[in-house]
Amino acid sequence: MKGTDALGEAAIRAGCTCYFGYPITPQNEVPEYMSRRMEEVGGVFLQGESEIASINMVLGAAASGKRAMTSSSSPGISLKQEGLSFMAALELPAVIVNINRGGPGLGNIAPSQGDYYQATRGGGHGDYRMPVYAPASVQELYDITMKSFDVADLYRTPVMILGDGMMGQIVEPISLNERPEVEIPPKDYILDGAQDRPSRIVKSLILDPAEMEEHNWKLKRKYDLMAHELPQWEEFMTDDAKLTIIAYGTAARIAKGAVKRARSEGLKVGLLRPITLWPFPEEAIRSLAKKTKLFLVFEMSTGQMLDDVRLAIEGRVPCEFYGRPGGVVPIPQEIARIIERYWLQKEL
Amino acid sequence: MAAKGKITINQGLCKACELCLTVCPDEAIRLSENLNEKGYHPAEPAKDSCRGCALCAVMCPEAAIEVYRG
Amino acid sequence: MKAIYTRPKSLKPVSNHYCPGCGHSIIHRLVCELVDEMDMRGRIICIPPAGCAVLAYNYFDFDVCESAHGRGCAVATGFKRAQPDRIIFTYQGDGDMAAIGTAETLHAANRGEKITSIFVNNAVYGMTGGQMAPTTMIGQKTTTSPYGRRTEVEGYPLKITELIATLPGAAYVTRTSLATPAKIRETKKAIKKAFEVQMAGTGYSLVEVLSPCPTNWKVSPREAFVYLEETMEKEYPIGVMKDNTTKKDK
Ligand SMILES: Cc1ncc(C[n+]2csc(CCOP(=O)(O)OP(=O)(O)O)c2C)c(N)n1
Ligand code: SF4
Ligand code: SF4
Ligand code: SF4
Repeated sequence: MKGTDALGEAAIRAGCTCYFGYPITPQNEVPEYMSRRMEEVGGVFLQGESEIASINMVLGAAASGKRAMTSSSSPGISLKQEGLSFMAALELPAVIVNINRGGPGLGNIAPSQGDYYQATRGGGHGDYRMPVYAPASVQELYDITMKSFDVADLYRTPVMILGDGMMGQIVEPISLNERPEVEIPPKDYILDGAQDRPSRIVKSLILDPAEMEEHNWKLKRKYDLMAHELPQWEEFMTDDAKLTIIAYGTAARIAKGAVKRARSEGLKVGLLRPITLWPFPEEAIRSLAKKTKLFLVFEMSTGQMLDDVRLAIEGRVPCEFYGRPGGVVPIPQEIARIIERYWLQKEL
Repeated sequence: MAAKGKITINQGLCKACELCLTVCPDEAIRLSENLNEKGYHPAEPAKDSCRGCALCAVMCPEAAIEVYRG
Repeated sequence: MKAIYTRPKSLKPVSNHYCPGCGHSIIHRLVCELVDEMDMRGRIICIPPAGCAVLAYNYFDFDVCESAHGRGCAVATGFKRAQPDRIIFTYQGDGDMAAIGTAETLHAANRGEKITSIFVNNAVYGMTGGQMAPTTMIGQKTTTSPYGRRTEVEGYPLKITELIATLPGAAYVTRTSLATPAKIRETKKAIKKAFEVQMAGTGYSLVEVLSPCPTNWKVSPREAFVYLEETMEKEYPIGVMKDNTTKKDK
């Protein structure tokens, strides 16, 4: 199955009944898939007049109690930031997909990881966070999409899935797993008309700074809980690794190939692949810092996740970086060469 | 002969915009000498001439006026 | 004695934050009267704007969902598509509707979204302190048009309601005024009709209400209502611009 189709199908099977989006390459297959499938399952598909409109439609559908989603690519995600900030403030659940392309500006339509900061720092204005998932295979994209809707409802938060054009276009066999059974708390916040109940308000305006501070701390407690409960990562041959690569998404697929090559040449190299970018799996990295001699961060950007890795290892182990920004996708041999270079240089 | 009317004004809500005075055909409303909690001289029924036409209530931005007739 | 007029139940029994003589308060009251009379409390949802009416939820005793500045019609679209049997209306100022939210508004109307917009045109940005709005009158002084609005610099008053009336998706489009009790009654009738049009599923309905902002016009409430009738209504003629419901089915 193709990545974008797996994403769409997982959303449908997770009970998503409302999709709103605006075309942008390289993710047009998602709205195209949804336009077909929503009709079949009796859901809502609507192409908005912009990304701004689309995210606000998602907001309305989420406040109606529906499972809602939107998808876009980098420039479009920039436009969604206003709505994302509101949804975080209003604690409304939804799934937002960013198929990251080369940037800044219009950039290009090739796979990139340049939106890491935007995704993991909230992106919009104000003091908020949102979970960010970075799948690295079509199966994982499918499973994570399903899970994202549960996470969104469980914590009442927007959730982002960060992929790139490669992730969307790849075709891999997958199993269409059933939706996991998760108990979702009753949605006692939704607006559906004040029939036989007191009227409800969904709002983020809090003019009193003391009250606003309290709301910020309340959100923070939720973010702390997510930071505790949500981190997810994969380790590959890290047990005895002297050099540990840290990479996510498409970069991690490439890095895995490089690790296999290095291992075949007898180099003790491993890979840690964050699956959640926020919350970042810092504990996992910290414990690896006790074993490994060198970290090598590889990103398809000029180095953004690098900051989080360095924060996690707190200077205990040296950390190097290799990046290919702008939509360039290196092959595993290239990364393998970088590994060898550091292996010799640092006398591992 | 016009029907006899009566109004009550919730003076706590009144902001003394005087719009009710402007529209009343019978000069049946005036501003009070007293101040309300907001610091306005609120409107009050003036004399017994009210005919219960409700123009004042239709105008009042604060929904402070209730009108009775009978 | 028989009660002729009493405060509507769905208007919370609290004092509002609006300035003396502000049109927003009158329109709030009209909406609440209709919610009571048409028994809509259990199925109506309001999307207020960023603007002076941002706090509408403090006064409306029915469901209310905040929206970002200008995004009301997009949020309303999300609600309506998710809950087609509910009555959804946006409540927007002229900056919200006709400047930052032009795209959202126009496209919702063009899609024939079965929602209602109450568009409060007071020719200024009230909440932010009286800056120029797209609907500011030619020659009108505001805090950002201190020499008066000049068409060669700031362009012309935007008649978004006329614009929307040209769209096939718009079913009922009208402009009313608050200048006199009779016109206020007409405004209420228009809003009622707009809700009815929505319930009938005919398309988008829009009521523009010319409304005074005494504070930023820097006049007394009395003078503001005179200005409304004598000056604003000249630039913005009141009346129905479109009514699909009167057309016979083909
Ligand atoms: C994105 C954004 N830009 C600007 C503002 C500031 N702002 C709040 S209300 C407003 C204009 C209000 O004017 P109008 O829509 O005419 O409503 P009124 O207050 O006159 O009723 C502006 C510019 C904002 N809240 N959000
Ligand atoms: S009901 Fe009519 S007559 Fe009586 S006070 Fe009001 S406006 Fe005047
Ligand atoms: S119209 Fe209402 S608020 Fe204004 S003066 Fe009369 S009672 Fe007071
Ligand atoms: S500033 Fe103008 S629009 Fe805002 S509350 Fe005051 S009078 Fe009304």
